[in-house]
Amino acid sequence: MALLDIRQRTGYLFIALTIGQIILISAQVNTARGIPVLEAVTFGVFAEIQRVASSGLSGMRASWTDYVALQEVRTENERLRDEVGRLRVGLQQERALAQRSRTLEQLLELRTQADLATVAANVIAGGASPDFRTMTIDRGTGDGLRPDMAVIAPAGVVGRIITPSARAAKVQLLIDRNAAAGGLVERSRAQGVVEGTGGGLRMSYVSGTADIQVGDAVVTSGIDGIYPKGFVIGQIESVEWGEGSFGAIAIRPAVDFSSIEAVLVVLTPPAAVEDETPGESAGAAPAAP
Amino acid sequence: MRAVGVLIAIAMAIALQTTLARFLVAGTAAVDLVLVVVIYVALTGGAVTGMLAGSFAGIIQDALSSGVIGIGGLAKLIVGFLAGAIGQQFIVTSALPRFLTFLVATVVHAAVFMGLYVLLGLRSFPSPWTAILSQAVGNAAVGMIAFTVLESLPGVAERRRAKRRM
Repeated sequence: MALLDIRQRTGYLFIALTIGQIILISAQVNTARGIPVLEAVTFGVFAEIQRVASSGLSGMRASWTDYVALQEVRTENERLRDEVGRLRVGLQQERALAQRSRTLEQLLELRTQADLATVAANVIAGGASPDFRTMTIDRGTGDGLRPDMAVIAPAGVVGRIITPSARAAKVQLLIDRNAAAGGLVERSRAQGVVEGTGGGLRMSYVSGTADIQVGDAVVTSGIDGIYPKGFVIGQIESVEWGEGSFGAIAIRPAVDFSSIEAVLVVLTPPAAVEDETPGESAGAAPAAP
Repeated sequence: MRAVGVLIAIAMAIALQTTLARFLVAGTAAVDLVLVVVIYVALTGGAVTGMLAGSFAGIIQDALSSGVIGIGGLAKLIVGFLAGAIGQQFIVTSALPRFLTFLVATVVHAAVFMGLYVLLGLRSFPSPWTAILSQAVGNAAVGMIAFTVLESLPGVAERRRAKRRM
């Protein structure tokens, strides 16, 4: 009978379920400022109520407080001006130090690529939804896997770990629409960002003067902090020119994502992350002599 | 009893989907077996069953994917409701209406799913029409096969006739 009763209220049930789903989505999606939408909306609504409630009281206090505060404004302004001046000088010193560190780092060629520690894994499932390019492998946190570890195959880069569990891990493939990696053209060293398109790859943010030809190999640049430098991503398939810059650079992936059965997970942090330590020591070096 | 059947069907669809996706991952014409199950359940069980099945299946699919939990749920909830309402209001027993229902439902699902992601600024879908239409045709074809196979099972037609007489 209860079920029949619900069936007579199909519309209400539909609305209730829809609202439930929207609340669920809102709890996960962040606003431009990085706050969950649900929290932002709830906070926004209650903030307005609080604003109205306190406006009467604060209105009465405002005139007296403002009058007293005005007397202190000049003194505070002078103090702040001095502080801004000191901070500007400090900022310039920091910039100079950072520039010196970068130059020394480049000179000393500290970005050496260490041998990679890897763990082999078998692919046990694909993505649950055709709109997301993911797959599941049979290794997890118990084998040392962590989020954002690179996943590679003999042919090239496969993707990165996004959700590891104890005995399995979800891998976001590089061809997923939300995936990206720092890439460079092996022949000309032109850099850009390789992004997934759902079924293939494209290269963006490439300088308009870069030397790029169809057939060029694209490898990882290592600047993203996930993929080690020098691993094959694919080959330039087509290059279209836009207005004064590259319109679209399509890349044919080196890996056949439909036939992957086994992969390697890179346990060693990429060189870009390791460079932070030598960079700091390089930054400290000028002070020594 | 029917609820258990629906849950088993959804679980089997997700298991099959994750198995098949390994081989279809490079293509954009993948079939969404979970959506096919939701539309089938909605057409045979009505709007309430359709939207409950769609809501549940969508959330599970979202949880297994790397997307926002609830977007797929909402898309499948709407599709389940609409397909169920169509199944209750119109006679959808011959091949063409069923095929069209699967086709349109897949397009509606894609519109809601992609629309929400674009609206929230989380993903972009440049020129998605080829992928949507090929998935719609794929889903419709699989749906038609599912109807044909399940209706040819012994006793199904008799039970349905008996239910109508009651």
